[in-house]
Amino acid sequence: MANPILASYVVPVHPHPLLVPDQNEGWQRLRDAFDEAREYIAESGADLLIIYSTTWPSIIGHQIQADPNPTWTLVDQDFHELGSMDYSFRIDADFAHAWNEANHARGLQSRTVAYHGFPIDVGSVVALKLLNPDNAIPAVIVSSNVYANRAETTVLAKACLDVLKSSGKKAVAVTAMSMSNRMFTEFIDASDDKIHSLKDDEWNRKVLEFLEEGRLEDVAQLSRTIHQQIRVQKVVTFKPMWWLSAMNDNRNDLTGRVLAYEALHGAGGAVVHLDPTSNGQGDKEYDEDDVDVYHGERNVLDADGSEMEQSPPSSENGPALWNPAEGEDAVNTDAAPKPVGLYPHARRVGDLLYLSGVGPRQPGTNAIPGGPIRDGEGEPLEYDIKAQTRAVVENISRILEEAGSSMEKVVDVTSFLVDMDRDFVGYNEVWAETLGHYGPTRTTLAIRALPTPIAVEMKVIAKI
Amino acid sequence: MAKGSIVAGCLAPHPPHLVYAENPPQNEPTSEGGWEQLRWGYERLRESLSKIDHDVLVILSPHWQTYVGTHFLGLSNFEGLSVDPVFPNLFRYSYNLDVDVELSKAIHDKAADAGLAVKMMENPDFRVDYGTITTGHMVNPAFDKPLVVISSNRSRHYYSVEVMQEMMMELGRVTRDAIHESGKKAVVLASNSLSHRHFTTESDVPEDMSKEHIASHAMHLWDMRIIDYMRTGQAQRIIDEMPEFTEQAIAESDGGGLTWLLSTLSVPSYPATLHGYGTIIGTGNAIVEWPCYLHEEV
Ligand SMILES: [Fe+2]
Repeated sequence: MANPILASYVVPVHPHPLLVPDQNEGWQRLRDAFDEAREYIAESGADLLIIYSTTWPSIIGHQIQADPNPTWTLVDQDFHELGSMDYSFRIDADFAHAWNEANHARGLQSRTVAYHGFPIDVGSVVALKLLNPDNAIPAVIVSSNVYANRAETTVLAKACLDVLKSSGKKAVAVTAMSMSNRMFTEFIDASDDKIHSLKDDEWNRKVLEFLEEGRLEDVAQLSRTIHQQIRVQKVVTFKPMWWLSAMNDNRNDLTGRVLAYEALHGAGGAVVHLDPTSNGQGDKEYDEDDVDVYHGERNVLDADGSEMEQSPPSSENGPALWNPAEGEDAVNTDAAPKPVGLYPHARRVGDLLYLSGVGPRQPGTNAIPGGPIRDGEGEPLEYDIKAQTRAVVENISRILEEAGSSMEKVVDVTSFLVDMDRDFVGYNEVWAETLGHYGPTRTTLAIRALPTPIAVEMKVIAKI
Repeated sequence: MAKGSIVAGCLAPHPPHLVYAENPPQNEPTSEGGWEQLRWGYERLRESLSKIDHDVLVILSPHWQTYVGTHFLGLSNFEGLSVDPVFPNLFRYSYNLDVDVELSKAIHDKAADAGLAVKMMENPDFRVDYGTITTGHMVNPAFDKPLVVISSNRSRHYYSVEVMQEMMMELGRVTRDAIHESGKKAVVLASNSLSHRHFTTESDVPEDMSKEHIASHAMHLWDMRIIDYMRTGQAQRIIDEMPEFTEQAIAESDGGGLTWLLSTLSVPSYPATLHGYGTIIGTGNAIVEWPCYLHEEV
């Protein structure tokens, strides 16, 4: 399904463009840029405005605002003399709850908050008051988790996309953040405002140049570097870019426009528009993992180390083993080897049974009859293809049995061999003695590798 | 006018969990208790302070974070609802507190003379930070003594622990001078934890004490080392080791409170009283009192 993000914005977090734009020409230009963004958003047809705010730090995972109508008066901790900010927002609480659930489904710690008087942060207040002053579009706000890394922040975005897609909603995504965030530590006259240092200014311009070229994923991948260069270490990394890029499918060919870039008490404040129209460039060197599920720090309250015990290095040089995925139609058995990922041994559909790929590993011991095809260092070993193939067939028979089916009922088999030249004959012999006997259709493919050091795997469809 | 004095200095951390666990009428959420070691520690501190005559409490809280200078509450009364943005499930507290604006202004003016960037906070809509409220409640739940509330300048983030310490030593010195000149008896309070690595998950029952422990052994060792310096009158060593402590234990002393406190006490070489130590969601917290009145001319 197409990505549901109609447009994305980067906006600054300081209250000056909201409260006192007239005190400095640059602040006024930022205000004008907010106004331009507001008009675009109003016309965009968006059902939802999603704010990721760096001025809302959280510790227990991410927090999502779920009070349908948060109302209060905010005064900035630093710039209290600029005035008070009354707010009353319209929050899509249903979406907030659904996003929270989607986070959990993808392994993320998160929670919703809905409390009278909850202190909505300055970045969110400025963004919502300027971009959506009449609450024409319902909003949702998510915190910036101080401990979150790239994987967690990426998965947060994917969970959000899950909910947008399942609800059919279109959204505008906003990150409330500074570019360089070093402010003057002294009080200054409004008219004297400028970017804190030449170095900060140069980095800001480089980042904005990338964004103007639509290279959002490039900026996301430079996040840590940018953070080291131009950020005071108060928020861990330049992480909003991870979120925003993942919200846009990690693309590098968006259409970007910098609506304004100005100093806010020394920090770099920019209003940037990004939309999904392809600018036709699109080259991307994708060298970071595309994470779908978060498997990071979990159960830290339980210090019994059970998590370590759950994933022993069970095959000498293979991947970690999983418990088979549970599900309504799933068929799983202890009599077959543990999966190497989150999937069941088999699944029922009507009176058909679809098996996940079956290899020769032995249930329990995980040993490979006929021997593994390579050692822990990746050096090739001698192995017996006939013994491996026989073990595959035995595993298949156990899963079929568990599902109430049997070898006679096998309809179709796809076989994968890592070395067709060497192994086809031996494999074919065992086939003829076993499955071939019952007459299923068969396709045999040569492939480069399997996830464990085995030479053969089969994919089976059977009747029940 | 008689010379004023600091009668006691305290490390008085502010995890909202402690207020939550007590179920005071001002706080909305209710609990089944928890974190008793620390709450009994606060009981002992309150008991101790009740025997020392004092007029005002001076607090530096790391949760009024200012990046541009050091700020002081500058109106005589603040009233409102304080909701912890990180633990809103635990802390939604109705507060009503008085400020000793005269003493605040006096510290402010002296700090300005010493070259520090300072500002009085005079916006009546301002919400007092939850660190101040929590420490204020744990030390004096009736809020019947006026406060001086000083923001936490984040110079540690902008520069280094060393620069933070330099500024806080200076701020502590002028705080002390202003108190002396005021003729008032003051208790000074640094509202911060020691080691500050949190768990990133919370148990379903937040007060489930079977889940509470220090985040790591290294954090424990740091906390014990700092507490040992406190109990043996070696405050100077805390100042000396602050850069390593703050970085390695991710300590909440990064906000400057502890350095400022020790400076207001002229870096005491007499032992402090440890009223309690405990962990809160993995962070290390000590309740400590320096009984200045026993050691200084009052
Ligand atoms: Fe704190």
